[in-house]
Amino acid sequence: MKKLINEPDGVVDEMLEGMVAAHDLRRLEETEVVVREDAPVEGKVGIVSGGGSGHEPTHAGYIGDGMLDGAAAGAVFTSPTADQLSEMILACDGGEGVFCVVKNYEGDVMNFETAVEMAGMESDVEVETVVVDDDVAVEDSLYTSGRRGVCGTIFVHKVAGAAAHRGDDLEEVKRLAEKTNDRVGTMGMALTSCVTPEKGEPTFDLGEDEIELGIGIHGEPGTERTDTMSADEITDHLTEAVLEDLDLEAGAEVATIVNGMGGTPLMELYVVNRRLQELLGEAGIETWNARVGDYMTSLDMEGCSITLLELDDELKELLAYPVETPGLTVTGGE
Amino acid sequence: MPEEFERQCDLVVTALEAVADRLAEEKETLTELDSAIGDADHGANMNRGFQAALEKVSENDAGDPADVVKTIGVALVSTIGGASGPLYGGSIMSASQELEGGITADSSVAFAETYLETVESRGKATVGDKTMVDALTPAVHTYKKSIEVDDLDPLEALAKAVDAAQRGVEFTTPIRAKKGRASYLGWRSVGHQDPGATSTLMILEELLAVAAEELDGEIEREIDAEADVDPAELEAESPGEGDD
Repeated sequence: MKKLINEPDGVVDEMLEGMVAAHDLRRLEETEVVVREDAPVEGKVGIVSGGGSGHEPTHAGYIGDGMLDGAAAGAVFTSPTADQLSEMILACDGGEGVFCVVKNYEGDVMNFETAVEMAGMESDVEVETVVVDDDVAVEDSLYTSGRRGVCGTIFVHKVAGAAAHRGDDLEEVKRLAEKTNDRVGTMGMALTSCVTPEKGEPTFDLGEDEIELGIGIHGEPGTERTDTMSADEITDHLTEAVLEDLDLEAGAEVATIVNGMGGTPLMELYVVNRRLQELLGEAGIETWNARVGDYMTSLDMEGCSITLLELDDELKELLAYPVETPGLTVTGGE
Repeated sequence: MPEEFERQCDLVVTALEAVADRLAEEKETLTELDSAIGDADHGANMNRGFQAALEKVSENDAGDPADVVKTIGVALVSTIGGASGPLYGGSIMSASQELEGGITADSSVAFAETYLETVESRGKATVGDKTMVDALTPAVHTYKKSIEVDDLDPLEALAKAVDAAQRGVEFTTPIRAKKGRASYLGWRSVGHQDPGATSTLMILEELLAVAAEELDGEIEREIDAEADVDPAELEAESPGEGDD
């Protein structure tokens, strides 16, 4: 498989070098942790995240004024290690505590838990965490790993980052982040699997006329494989699953993301968004803001996910709050 | 005792080398298994971790087997990442304290039990979830019973434990995953062998091979003479470093 990769082992390191060269970012020495150039920002809750690589611009691409202060990059699709997460927490502590946005995967949760303990041994930094689990494709139960954290994480980053920037304290940031997670749902699908640098070929084979529904962001198979459908049929399927999960009624206001998985032409994402907005209109649901693009990717996977966030005035204010990062920019009021 | 400690340290390193070699050889196999129901990185992650552990151990001149085992755990935690880092490495770190008085039949059982308990509590997994716990639990229970109830020597106990782990790995194939990334597949996870249970078995098999090679013929003598000093067990235990 042809790729713009030198050595599979070096890909994360080289990507981070390139990111730091392009944006206002600083890399903590001998780590895969990237922080704002001016971190820690005194007098503000530090907002950090982290996870496996391969989801770019997630997470380091959301570092900037009004969003994240730091992000740790693990190996491709693998959580960063606890020692690096701990260093990131300490580096982003501006005296008002640090808030961690964690996607719900066992590795991420375990390493963040350990990192919080490690940071606590070295400093008296206060740390709080939200575990994002917005993927409606996965059956939720006390006895399973639960739902995955996917593209809804972008909204949690945005809300927590804006709240911290305007001066909310750690407890309030946590409340708002949890509220966002409670009101967001995502469902994804794949036209192809993805190629991890290590393996060099698709993680799973998908027939010419087949698609996967209910996929996550790691090139893993989804909950269901079906014959291929039209863009509208796929959009209907994804949207209905999210609407049902969120139990949205006519009159609700939402923010939407049609997210590309990394290898999908923007043209196709707009086709999906067209149908999504049509469906929401039919259901009497008002779209306050619609985003279309690659926000939470799965390397070169072709496919998309649809994310809906149910809004109220409080969340709208935070989503409209100005932010400038490599992956997301909001200027003025939206 | 220092001499015995030195010999036990050497044995731990020999076992680590065997495990690291095996995981390097099986990298593709583990990745294939993980491609079917996970995210295709288990082979690469385990290989990266154990190669790093080899490097760390060679830099470290610890005179105490518990320290060497702990060093392995720390190296795994700080290089594997994901869930496997805390599960395989963190659990070795926690269990290493059981070996502070040296590796004996008793301390090896304690190591194995603590290892299993740590994996279960960190991973919040239990038997039947289609995880490394399915290989680890029968291995640890069989090892403990063989030593404590049946009074077998550690090499025999370890052989039985490996056999039990093998059956545990087979058990993961027909069941539905409840934990780990395979759980996201729901019923589609049925029919696939769990990669974590598989790597756990590979580790145990290498510990047994090293124990058989290094300790064959000595065990009876040692058991008779000292009742519970036997490096073979250490090897048996270290493998407990399950997976995710």
